[in-house]
Amino acid sequence: MNTCILVAGIGGQGVMTAAEALARAALAAGLEATKTEVTGMSQRGGIVCSQVVIGAHVEASDVRAGHAALLLAFEAAEGLRWVHYLAPHGTALVDPFRAVPPVVSSGVYAYPEDPLAEMRAAGAHVIEVDARAIAERLGDARLANSVMLGAAAGWLPFAAELLRAQVLAQFGRDPRLAQANARAFDAGRNPQRQAHATA
Amino acid sequence: MSARAALAAATARQFLSGNEAVAYGAWEAGVEVAAAYPGTPSTEILETLAACPGVYAEWSTNEKVALEVALGASMVGRRAIAAMKHVGLNVAADSLMTMGLVGVKGGLVVAVADDVGFASSQNEQDSRFWGRFMHLPVLEPADAAEAYEMAREAFALSERFEVPVLLRLTTRVSHVKRAVEVSGRREAPDPARHGYSKDAERWVITPNHVGRRLQIRAARDRALAEETLKSRWNAVRPGRDRRVGFIASGVACHVVREAFPDAPLLTLGFSHPLPVPLAAEFALGCDRVLVVEEVEPIMEQELRAAGVPVHGKEVLPLQGEITAPVLERAVARLLGGPRSDAPESRRPARVFPRPPTLCAGCPYMGVYFWLGQLRDAVVCGDIGCYSLGCSEPWNAMDSIIAMGASLGVAHGMAKAFEGDPKAKPVLAVIGDSTFLHTGMPALANLTYQGANVTVLLLDNRSTAMTGGQDNPGTGRRLDGSPAPRLDFAEIARALGVRAERIRRVDPYELPTVLRVLREEMKAPEPSVIIASRPCVLGKDFERRPPLAVLQDRCNGCARCLDVGCPAITVTRRERQRRATGKVVDLAWVRIEPSACTGCELCAKACARGAIVAR
Repeated sequence: MNTCILVAGIGGQGVMTAAEALARAALAAGLEATKTEVTGMSQRGGIVCSQVVIGAHVEASDVRAGHAALLLAFEAAEGLRWVHYLAPHGTALVDPFRAVPPVVSSGVYAYPEDPLAEMRAAGAHVIEVDARAIAERLGDARLANSVMLGAAAGWLPFAAELLRAQVLAQFGRDPRLAQANARAFDAGRNPQRQAHATA
Repeated sequence: MSARAALAAATARQFLSGNEAVAYGAWEAGVEVAAAYPGTPSTEILETLAACPGVYAEWSTNEKVALEVALGASMVGRRAIAAMKHVGLNVAADSLMTMGLVGVKGGLVVAVADDVGFASSQNEQDSRFWGRFMHLPVLEPADAAEAYEMAREAFALSERFEVPVLLRLTTRVSHVKRAVEVSGRREAPDPARHGYSKDAERWVITPNHVGRRLQIRAARDRALAEETLKSRWNAVRPGRDRRVGFIASGVACHVVREAFPDAPLLTLGFSHPLPVPLAAEFALGCDRVLVVEEVEPIMEQELRAAGVPVHGKEVLPLQGEITAPVLERAVARLLGGPRSDAPESRRPARVFPRPPTLCAGCPYMGVYFWLGQLRDAVVCGDIGCYSLGCSEPWNAMDSIIAMGASLGVAHGMAKAFEGDPKAKPVLAVIGDSTFLHTGMPALANLTYQGANVTVLLLDNRSTAMTGGQDNPGTGRRLDGSPAPRLDFAEIARALGVRAERIRRVDPYELPTVLRVLREEMKAPEPSVIIASRPCVLGKDFERRPPLAVLQDRCNGCARCLDVGCPAITVTRRERQRRATGKVVDLAWVRIEPSACTGCELCAKACARGAIVAR
């Protein structure tokens, strides 16, 4: 049975980079993987979602609604937007960070009051990962995607170390950047352990 | 990893998108010239090739020019590739039609990426039609691994049959990454192939040469039909469950194997000329046959016309991607069994839309701020980031048709309005790259015919929507080398616009933009307003310190929101009844400092001076 993962957020949050790390780590583990890319119009502040399928043999790269084992959402409302993709026993790791778009600012639409609560009400197993806040404490909000990867590392069909090595490799050109991302990854690992303990 | 580093890497297994894989395959085949105009989902093909050693790569001004560049290289015996999105092939079609007749010398591949599902396009097209129309072989890879192999083989095929090969990609091939085993070895370009000798009977396609070329083309069609019958890309995978056999091409092959792993499947990777005998034989072994293809029923109709009983679009959708659940529903309908009404999953939650926006500090906002307030003018738009001017809060566009179409459409409206008492002022809005792509002939026509159109040339020194590629207006080539920088005012002058009617404005200077706009709309002749400022995502953009709102000075008038900057967010709303009885909606805002570029557009829109540098 293949492992289907959705990585969701908005343009500029590093969604594609995170999905790439997941897929490449799966390859390093000797598995097959596909990853969907989004480019063009969606990058202008729009919705970004990459689908990653991992397994011994992968045919279709498209993840069916109701079949994702894992949803990594870098933004609260984006978690809610994709929650129906989760399998019955799937897990959503969601950053409670709220990115309010102009259509909400201008009063045309409303931002959901509590997206995580709505996800739980829909039956999803939701773990809050304060990735952006953790990244800001580490000195750079852009590290949030590595924090999320750290949080995801315990839910994957391969060793967490492979994903950490991939994060290091992806930013390997700049040793300082690589170390900062590795620190963010490690910071993401911890809140999740706490979540396990209280689950 | 750069393509160059990746190519040099010892590991043969790469994680590649279909577009990258096409580039790797072409490079290994010894391609020497690559030309393209950027367009989603095709852009990365040339971007990857540009980083490969031994390849001359360029962003051409449009797809037709790119294809002609590739043909020129082929005529002197070099392997060449032209890459484009589906609508780009409409632009290139005139030359490609002739190339279907005169053929090629050095292998020539046209990689065309169809935006199935229309995520970033004005339509959905099936480029396989061009193969039929122009008598070209069509290859349809199912994924990146096949894209790599087909691209590698396509050049030899092109040379054997002296014909351009259409490598037809779709979004889910171009933009899905998979592991691809690449050899990393480049076939040395063959010097015996290089060189040029005059062959006017072939390359001069005057009517007296057409008859012979048509005969050659007919013979080539027959030979290609033989070829597709024995191609390794057209093969049967047997299956035990023969209730439905599938004939599929492109990414649909994966979908069939995913949804119906036990069913017989005929995959057609070399799908034109269609190997009808293979399909006919395959059909004999199945109870019924379903043709699965994106997006038009091309193979289906050809098979039915040839007497092969097949099903297709009567149960499959005529638009968008065919995914496994879509295919399962289609087969259920075909078999006529009870339809499963069980909900497959949770229902999607209701969440606000998040349409793409202009970037914080985008200079186009300075233009759309005013265009959004023109209540009695017609604005013909064009294709690029600035297409977003059609959306909230500006709603500043009446039409978007195709690349470069704004000027022609505006011209027609202006002419039709002549003498009409209800005539409206007509404007055309076009970006720098789009103007160079197909806008210039329309401007020549506009001045020649004297159409009263105000052209807004939005020059952000970038082909921004597709990722900031260079163009003749940026002063840089693809490889970063300096190039002559076209002067848009001089072009406008040379194309017949009177010097007084050519205006340059800084789009950040809101009052000036309005003044110039009013003056030129009033002028009873063609005018061009060039609004220049670098794209905020480009190399030339200089970020300034962020701005902030002085809350004690802000009266909540919300005029700053008309700028449409995503860095401005509303903190509080209020509805007030004025002493006059008039009800007004007020909004108080904050400026997100990490997003603000300090462009001061909002500060200039604010009548209270409530927005200042932090």
